[in-house]
Amino acid sequence: MPTLTRRRALTAAAALTAAAAAHTGTAAAAPAGHRHHGSPEPFDEVYKGRRIQGRPASGGGHHHGTGYAVLVDGVELHVMQNADGSWISIVSHYAPVPTPHAAARAAVEELQGAALLPFPAN
Amino acid sequence: MTVRKNQATLTADEKRRFVAAVVELKRNGRYDAFVTTHNAFILGDTDNGERTGHRSPSFLPWHRRYLLDFESALQSVDASVALPYWDWSTDRSARSSLWAPDFLGGTGRSRDGQVMDGPFAASSGNWPINVRVDGRTFLRRQLGANVRELPTPAEVESVLSTVIYDMPPWNSASDGFRNHLEGWRGVNLHNRVHVWVGGQMATGVSPNDPVFWLHHAYIDKLWAQWQRRHPGSGYLPTAGTPDVVDLDETMKPWNDVRPADLLDHTAHYTFDTD
Repeated sequence: MPTLTRRRALTAAAALTAAAAAHTGTAAAAPAGHRHHGSPEPFDEVYKGRRIQGRPASGGGHHHGTGYAVLVDGVELHVMQNADGSWISIVSHYAPVPTPHAAARAAVEELQGAALLPFPAN
Repeated sequence: MTVRKNQATLTADEKRRFVAAVVELKRNGRYDAFVTTHNAFILGDTDNGERTGHRSPSFLPWHRRYLLDFESALQSVDASVALPYWDWSTDRSARSSLWAPDFLGGTGRSRDGQVMDGPFAASSGNWPINVRVDGRTFLRRQLGANVRELPTPAEVESVLSTVIYDMPPWNSASDGFRNHLEGWRGVNLHNRVHVWVGGQMATGVSPNDPVFWLHHAYIDKLWAQWQRRHPGSGYLPTAGTPDVVDLDETMKPWNDVRPADLLDHTAHYTFDTD
């Protein structure tokens, strides 16, 4: 499993800054009260050498009403909430897990160190 | 007339022709367009919004039409080819002839999941993974690693015995045949097979693995078996359902075909067991 190198950490940090700026922009344009009640708690950790983050999000059109964004090393991972409250991601689409945090960890396991590609460009 | 056969019964020549046609679609670029379409619906189908390809009643007719398009593309290369199906309740081992080097190749190596044999191994040069969600460009599998067991015949039987096609709220929370076959509830048939194969098959770009078509051809066959079992049960809902494809509404991306047009598979192909 790869370790979090200084270079990778800096790259992730730069991507996060850009992502945060983008979110600020869309949030300002989004209608008030878009965020769902009971949205999962944010998280931010290094898991198996990858930085995974999750946070409430609004607008942008990529969240399909989940109101929640997950990032792996600063690249957004497409996640979706099922009707029963469970979560899936684009790299683990047929195996629901209880939380977006668990979906992020499952994605790190699946990626085996590979870089996630931004969507919908992929 | 196209006859879809159990993959386990294919002759060496039938396997060779199927593989060659698939590889030709990959070479000429048509294959990857199918992967792109599937991923677009995976991303767009949501439980509380518009849903067409997955987690909805039209999961079955949508995939029936999608497979018909793919089969037609194969037949434009070699008119003798039909989609085989994989009965994973019977051929439930990584030692099945399905995974032999003369057909789909086997599981991936442990280090990175890379498939190392068969016509779709990266080393063949014939199978680049272009439509992808991560940086890896080689076909991957981890047969049986993420879930131990494929569904059993008894589990298939329990789902086939369900009388009602689908039920409100017409999504991943539904009771009824469609959602139990799809796998979001209950013993889990279709979803579990994707997870059992692993690699790209477990992702939104699952048609990158040619076993996708054989898996869905069997899901499609189970729909036909269910119809024979329950002649009084029809596709639901029949009208007026927001975000959901009713019986007589057209389906994206084709916009010219309705579930009602796809209920009878014998208009398009038969199975070796019909």
